[in-house]
Amino acid sequence: MKRFTYDRPQLEGGAFSLLEQPEASVIAGGTELLNWMRLGIAEPDHLVDIARLPGWGEIALDGETLRIGALATLNKVGEHPLVDAHARALGEACLLAASAQLRNRATIGGNVLQRTRCVYFRAEAPLTWGCNKRQPGSGCAAIAGHSDDAAIFGWSESCAATHPSDPLVALACLDAEAELHSASGVRRLPVCDLHLSQVEAEAEGEDGATAENRLERGELIAAYLIPLRPASRSTYLKVRDRQSFAYSRVTAAASVELEDGVIGALRIALGSVAQRPWRLGRAEQALVGERLEEASLLAAIERDMEEARTLPGSDYKRRLARNAAIRAVMAAGA
Amino acid sequence: MSSADARTAVGSARTRIEGPLKLTGAARYSMDNLPPGTLYAVLVGATVASGSVVTIDVAEAKAVAGVVSVLTGEDLPPLGPVLEFPGAPVKKPMEGDQIHFEGQAVAIVLAETLEAAEEARPLVSVAYAAEPVVLPGAGERQFLGAPDGDGTVWWPYGQPFARGDSAAALESAPVRFAASYVQPSRHHNPIETSGTLASWDGDRLTLWDSIQASMLLPPMFASVFGIDPADVHVIAPFTGGGFGCKGFWMHQLLAVAAAKAVGRPVKLHLRRGDQYNATGFQPLMTQRVELGADAEGHLQVYRHRVANITGMVETYLEAATEVKALYECPVIDTAQEIERVTVGMPSPMRCPNEGPGLWALESAINELAHEVGIDPLELRLRNYAEKDPLTGRPWSSKKLREAYAEGAELFGWHGRPRGGRRDGNWLIGTGMASAVGGTMRMPGTARVRLRSDGSVLIETDVQDIGTGLQTLLTQIAADEIGVPIDNIDVAWGDSALPTTGPIYGSSTMHTGSAVALACRELRRELAALSSLADPIEAVRAAGVEEVVGERTSQLPGGVEVDHDGGSTGFSMRTFGASFVEVAVDPMLGLVRLRRAVGSYSVGRIINPKTARSQMLGSFAWGWGKATMEASELDPTTARWLSKDLAGVHIPVNADIPGDITINFVDEYDHHASPIGAKGIGEFGSVGIDAAVAEAVFDAVGVRIRELPITPKRLLDALA
Amino acid sequence: MSRDTQIREQPKTHEVRIRVNGEERVTEVEARTSLLDWLREAIGLTGTKKGCNEGACGSCTVLVDGRRMNACMILVVQCEGSAVTTVEGLAGPDGELHPVQRAFSACDAYQCGYCTPGQLISAVACIEEGHTGSEEEVREWMSGNLCRCSAYPQITAAVMMAAEELGR
Repeated sequence: MKRFTYDRPQLEGGAFSLLEQPEASVIAGGTELLNWMRLGIAEPDHLVDIARLPGWGEIALDGETLRIGALATLNKVGEHPLVDAHARALGEACLLAASAQLRNRATIGGNVLQRTRCVYFRAEAPLTWGCNKRQPGSGCAAIAGHSDDAAIFGWSESCAATHPSDPLVALACLDAEAELHSASGVRRLPVCDLHLSQVEAEAEGEDGATAENRLERGELIAAYLIPLRPASRSTYLKVRDRQSFAYSRVTAAASVELEDGVIGALRIALGSVAQRPWRLGRAEQALVGERLEEASLLAAIERDMEEARTLPGSDYKRRLARNAAIRAVMAAGA
Repeated sequence: MSSADARTAVGSARTRIEGPLKLTGAARYSMDNLPPGTLYAVLVGATVASGSVVTIDVAEAKAVAGVVSVLTGEDLPPLGPVLEFPGAPVKKPMEGDQIHFEGQAVAIVLAETLEAAEEARPLVSVAYAAEPVVLPGAGERQFLGAPDGDGTVWWPYGQPFARGDSAAALESAPVRFAASYVQPSRHHNPIETSGTLASWDGDRLTLWDSIQASMLLPPMFASVFGIDPADVHVIAPFTGGGFGCKGFWMHQLLAVAAAKAVGRPVKLHLRRGDQYNATGFQPLMTQRVELGADAEGHLQVYRHRVANITGMVETYLEAATEVKALYECPVIDTAQEIERVTVGMPSPMRCPNEGPGLWALESAINELAHEVGIDPLELRLRNYAEKDPLTGRPWSSKKLREAYAEGAELFGWHGRPRGGRRDGNWLIGTGMASAVGGTMRMPGTARVRLRSDGSVLIETDVQDIGTGLQTLLTQIAADEIGVPIDNIDVAWGDSALPTTGPIYGSSTMHTGSAVALACRELRRELAALSSLADPIEAVRAAGVEEVVGERTSQLPGGVEVDHDGGSTGFSMRTFGASFVEVAVDPMLGLVRLRRAVGSYSVGRIINPKTARSQMLGSFAWGWGKATMEASELDPTTARWLSKDLAGVHIPVNADIPGDITINFVDEYDHHASPIGAKGIGEFGSVGIDAAVAEAVFDAVGVRIRELPITPKRLLDALA
Repeated sequence: MSRDTQIREQPKTHEVRIRVNGEERVTEVEARTSLLDWLREAIGLTGTKKGCNEGACGSCTVLVDGRRMNACMILVVQCEGSAVTTVEGLAGPDGELHPVQRAFSACDAYQCGYCTPGQLISAVACIEEGHTGSEEEVREWMSGNLCRCSAYPQITAAVMMAAEELGR
């Protein structure tokens, strides 16, 4: 990697002014950024280390909300009793991510800003094939090539990448909001709307391959706010080839509110099927008032799966995603 | 234990003698060295898989602070002949402008720091004239004849074999079964990538190398650089995993050439991605097995066809047909082809030949058992080969029947529940397979010194790749000389010591035998000096400082290599069986290992503690091959899609349950070696894939004939 | 604070105070130097191994302020004021092996030894974290350390043995 400057501001305000430098990048855990820099995906001139910003790693209840600071590590979130009590799917997702040692370093803020694990994107520069994320206009080698891990929802001809984060899917399922800080202030955004599918990006006039989220330049995720829903129970399911320390083929987070075996409220988010967490809106609505049974879940979830568009290598993901969703909902309601 | 009648070191569970070094970080692997003035090297690899280099512009890379030099082919010293070693490449690196595979080295960056070298690498600007790549399925197929034919076959394995008319026999067989089996390219992926640190002092060369066959390097570099082999000093005590990929490769030559070119030590530690192109892989293979049997499952004919990919210029044959000695069968017909594609050179990988071959043969046997309605183990017993079915020679030793019986007992094979029983979301299935291994014997050399203080030093240039070899040598010497084992130390990993065989596998046979013979010579010397029975008392009474024995374990007829006992009149192989229980989640396509038994007939076990570890590790390799390992080529550019450990899976701890039982049948092979032992290290990985595929079938009723058995393949099969 | 004081020409190296195996060090490093490369190439602590340089193998696992982390994924400049423990720091000052080291020896929990320093550090942390309630838990929490020799069952047994000795 090339040389860069390094600063570790003491306070938030210092970070924002340093981030105004051209080609500046924020670093916290660094478990993703350093690999980008080694592969030539990112070549920042300036690193601004926010890892020690005071208070940004705290986890606490704030009224009817669970607030999780963005600098909390995945292990801290995963093993926190408040998370276990109020956002179990998130805790499970954190502990199913990466490895124990990476989870001690990686923060939940950075984790949702990972970029795709598409093998064509994760190649070392100089690139030998087309990747519109790496070199806009160079094409997408994955669509014509190895497509086993491709998106099945929301992808376009420019890019079929998925988002690899586990916590992101759980946060989306739990209706979390992201608290975004910048030099100009604070705003909130539902985590569900934080990321863009390729189709959404193009509909908004952006580049389908490179516009991956709605963060503004200089804006940082400071915290996640999760509404407390005492009647709901949630869980997270990760399907991967090996038992541990692997990116997912498909994941599913489900949050269920049951009353006498009848579904009162339901939220389902799929991961690794799109460049954003994919909520199964039709099933969530259709199943309210139904009994929690595999057969009715199958019928309802199939309706969401009708939207799926697969490539030769990714056809299995349609069935896998459906089955994972069913399994997660059943487990959450068990 | 100082008397000759208490020789029990061999066969007892001993703790590794090098343990304290490995457990404290004190063990020095090649890349742990850093002589003064060392430059860090990073290779620049071709970004096309086929074509030629037009220009290389190094100006921008050279301008990076800390970069000392960027070498292209023109900057290297003239290179003499590259010796042809089995399984090693022969095409000189950075010579000429032709590119034969992606990642082929085209330049070397040398810098004062690793950071500077890595910064400069992508700044080396190379223009290529690209040509179409050749992908698997589209390459030229080549039938490889006898070794003295076109000279492309470098070992006697994989030769065509035909006895009887297989076409007629298949035509008339009451039961016929035929299927094709595929396994992907896989990389060795030792956790330590290869590395070479080269330092010249005039015409004398010192090398610290990550290698499992250090005896290759002095003759090689003597030839390439026109120096005396005695002036090549190789220091390689610890190698961080070999598995077949750490013999001679061109990066070693490049590091040495670069050090010569710039007159400073050069340290080239291959980056993980570089290793994918630099040190071989187990090639993609397609196999077709056709079996004919009578209604009781007695084999009448066995036909096996194999094709593996290899490089455009480098030839590697994966001799999967070397499993044909497993069963008694009157008509046998095997043949192999290679297919030339634009990839680097493949190489042997734990376990070559029989590993791939038994994936096909044992899968087919399991499928045949199902067709004829006979228990898979019973079918194997009905076709048990009492002597070598190819040559008619007696076995040097074979206790496969006992291995089957003990393994079946330990596993509970005969009382196993019907497949498909449910445990929560999981369906449970069981499967088994046999294993047969070839025996490659080579001479080994060792020197043993008994000093007047009672200490013993064994000297031999083995490398420690983790098999526990040094500990075994002390056990052998303790019994042969009759001294307490704690008195014995080993000096190893330095070419100044007696040169011995490669540490690919079976190294206990060559160097363990050499130690035994050297000890026997030492005892003879001692007997001539003193009549005292106790060796330590004897050496003291003789009034000498030390008594030395040095011997080479010669093979019958003085051959350099003996394959499967060919020089002995016996057929010499290893045998075993694996039994597995898997859980399959048919909704999610998951397969998990629940428990397993490996039962082996492999000669005498010198150290049950390390032998068990070898087999457990090997078993995990088999699981990895069965369920996750694959290196895939991009279908457009012929570049490996993932060149790392995140995009390519190897097993992690959570994949391997504790309930794996390793069983060794009590055995002593008098013909294989003076110590009764045979090679075991790779052998535990053999047949696991076929057993797992059978267990998956038992659980959910679908046959997967292409590895690995991933969620995608399972869901596609179950759809 | 004004932008002008923040954005400035920086020196090529940074001074970092870092404690390694109990020894306080002040070092001058480039911002891009990883903790792993610094340990191995700058201060000669080569027990910590490089396997993948991307956080995927665990062979460079060290303790940073008591927690296990991949040294390849950390910049030295991020370690200002931190305490790092490597494999060389596990044994007692008199050379007495740590219970985890002894358990690895007893269980034959290593073969080539290259991943072993990372496994040992990870095992020390795994026990300290309390993730040794069952073999299954150990297997999961030790899965960040690849072992290609695949000594996994022995590693799991060693972690359980050491945990018991350490009263966890």
